[in-house]
Amino acid sequence: MEINAQMFLSLYRVMLTIRRFEERVQDLYARGFIPGLAHLYIGEEAVAAGVCANLREDDYITSTHRGHGHVIAKGAELKYMMAELFGRKTGYCKGKGGSMHIADMGKGILGANGIAGGGLPIAVGAGLSIKYRKTQQVVVGFFGDGASNNGVFHESLNFASLHKLPVVFVCENNLYGISVHQKRHQPIEDIAIRATSYNIPGVVVDGNDVTAVYKETYKAVKRARAGEGPTLIECKTYRWRGHHEGDPNQGARYRTKEEIEEWKKKCPIKRLEEKLLGEKIATKSTLEEIEKEIQREIDEAVEFAEKSPFPELQDIYEDVYVPESWG
Amino acid sequence: MRELTYAKAINEALRQNMQADDRVILMGEDIGPYGGIFQVTAGLYQEFGPERVIDTPISEAAFVGAAVGAALTGLRPVVEVMFIDFTTVCMDMIVNQMAKIRYMFGGQAKVPVVLRTNIGAGRGAAAQHSQSFHAFFVHIPGLFVVLPSTPYDAKGLMNTAIKSENPVIFVEHKKLYNEKGEVPEEQYFLPFGKAEIKRPGGDVTVVATSAMVLRSLRAAEELSKEGIDVEVVDPRTLNPLDKETILESVRKTGRLVVADEGPFTCGVASDIAAIAASEAIEYLRAPVMKVCSPDTPVPFSPSLEKDYIPDERDVIEVVKKIMEY
Repeated sequence: MEINAQMFLSLYRVMLTIRRFEERVQDLYARGFIPGLAHLYIGEEAVAAGVCANLREDDYITSTHRGHGHVIAKGAELKYMMAELFGRKTGYCKGKGGSMHIADMGKGILGANGIAGGGLPIAVGAGLSIKYRKTQQVVVGFFGDGASNNGVFHESLNFASLHKLPVVFVCENNLYGISVHQKRHQPIEDIAIRATSYNIPGVVVDGNDVTAVYKETYKAVKRARAGEGPTLIECKTYRWRGHHEGDPNQGARYRTKEEIEEWKKKCPIKRLEEKLLGEKIATKSTLEEIEKEIQREIDEAVEFAEKSPFPELQDIYEDVYVPESWG
Repeated sequence: MRELTYAKAINEALRQNMQADDRVILMGEDIGPYGGIFQVTAGLYQEFGPERVIDTPISEAAFVGAAVGAALTGLRPVVEVMFIDFTTVCMDMIVNQMAKIRYMFGGQAKVPVVLRTNIGAGRGAAAQHSQSFHAFFVHIPGLFVVLPSTPYDAKGLMNTAIKSENPVIFVEHKKLYNEKGEVPEEQYFLPFGKAEIKRPGGDVTVVATSAMVLRSLRAAEELSKEGIDVEVVDPRTLNPLDKETILESVRKTGRLVVADEGPFTCGVASDIAAIAASEAIEYLRAPVMKVCSPDTPVPFSPSLEKDYIPDERDVIEVVKKIMEY
């Protein structure tokens, strides 16, 4: 399958939106506007963009604690995201969820998730429901290398394969479970080989190459929609920042500066930009225009968040339950 | 009226809901052709087929989590966790996912899952198949917790649970499965948050849950021979809890015993005692007392287990003690 110019530009826009959004969050967090935890996605943008570009609006994703990229790529609106990060009432979760729980049920975003691997059984359930309702939707479950050691990863692959569910399991192997290098948390290099145990395809992709991510996901999504079952895609990538913005020295305590710099040279956005310009898919001015539009959108999102009210104290009691009356 | 066992009453509720609503599916271990370890789902696989009655791998986190995902996307799953003891291996899916999603997502989502499980010692199954830690789920905001004590309540509360838009932990009791009682054939819905006075009385209030209701009723019969008139109140749902009916009874009798099979410390009984202490202290003529299991794991040997389980003799003893005041 070939990627056309329009798709390339769309991928570029999504990746750059994620990057600029995260850079702004980094700045706002440092200046105390964003409370709590913020796990940034900088460096991994090609995965979210390349995967979600294959999804329909009514397809589902389950995301992770490092979820901003996934939800932007699935179509979440920046202003509601930013307002949520600010803890405002106008945010996606009315200020009750924050960075780790952004959801947009109308866009098939079944939530970021603060528990490593926690979204995977939920993705399996969405897959079960799709199969039962015969809607030909697909669900993508994102997770990291760390979560691949958790029981729910194995249970989810087993269940999904057994019932040939339309689930695409996307592992973002960024080499670290918080501070622990993959070599110290699992005895394998390629997580994709774990697919063998569940009799499903497992593929390794350069997660910083959006073209490769897109193409592998295309196959997996096609297979899922056709009722042929799940696929495990492992995307090798790297986060530039620390585990979260409060991480001491931004991850330099457990990673060398050289390693971080090496990976920055493999920047997925720069790589795509060089391809677009080199192969004359886009001109410099087109890309600059996209950059300006993104900056404007983020400025508007920040302004929206800043102007939004905080939740009222009585809101603490809202939405624990769906109100019901029993006559 | 015809009589059904508690297990068959739940079975009938499941069947009627599945007939009425395609979105209702069942998942669990050995619930298919085998009919469930306690035969609660007997015949449903044969009637509704493998797409709606799903025998799962021994993989509680996967299938309870899958129920959450299916509920978020339009189905109404009823899952069976074979023993409450086994909920510990899928606690993340219950506590951090099922119970939290609606709140964390700012009310965008609904999670209409019913999680069926059971409590209770008395089958010689020892410490990992006999626990009664239902109180734990009451401690998790976002979950309704239901404990039917009769076949009639079991069917009516199950109907309400499946109709509910909220996650419901439906706590059955192993020693009740074979108990018989009158059950109407039609679908009927019992309200959550509405206690029932199972036996009116004027001298002492016994608030009892699950199998302790039956044991307390037997105790009340015995005590009536000695002229002690016991009122037995069954909350039926612990969340929401019908405080008002409990308090009304306490105001009337001035004496409260709470009987619950959970361990003695930090349980349902402690909290109901605290409610009486906070809101009806001026009516109390005696200390509030609890009839619970001891703070030990459930022992295996029949001689020990028999002593471990709180029963009618324990209720009688405590009621007599409280009547001395």
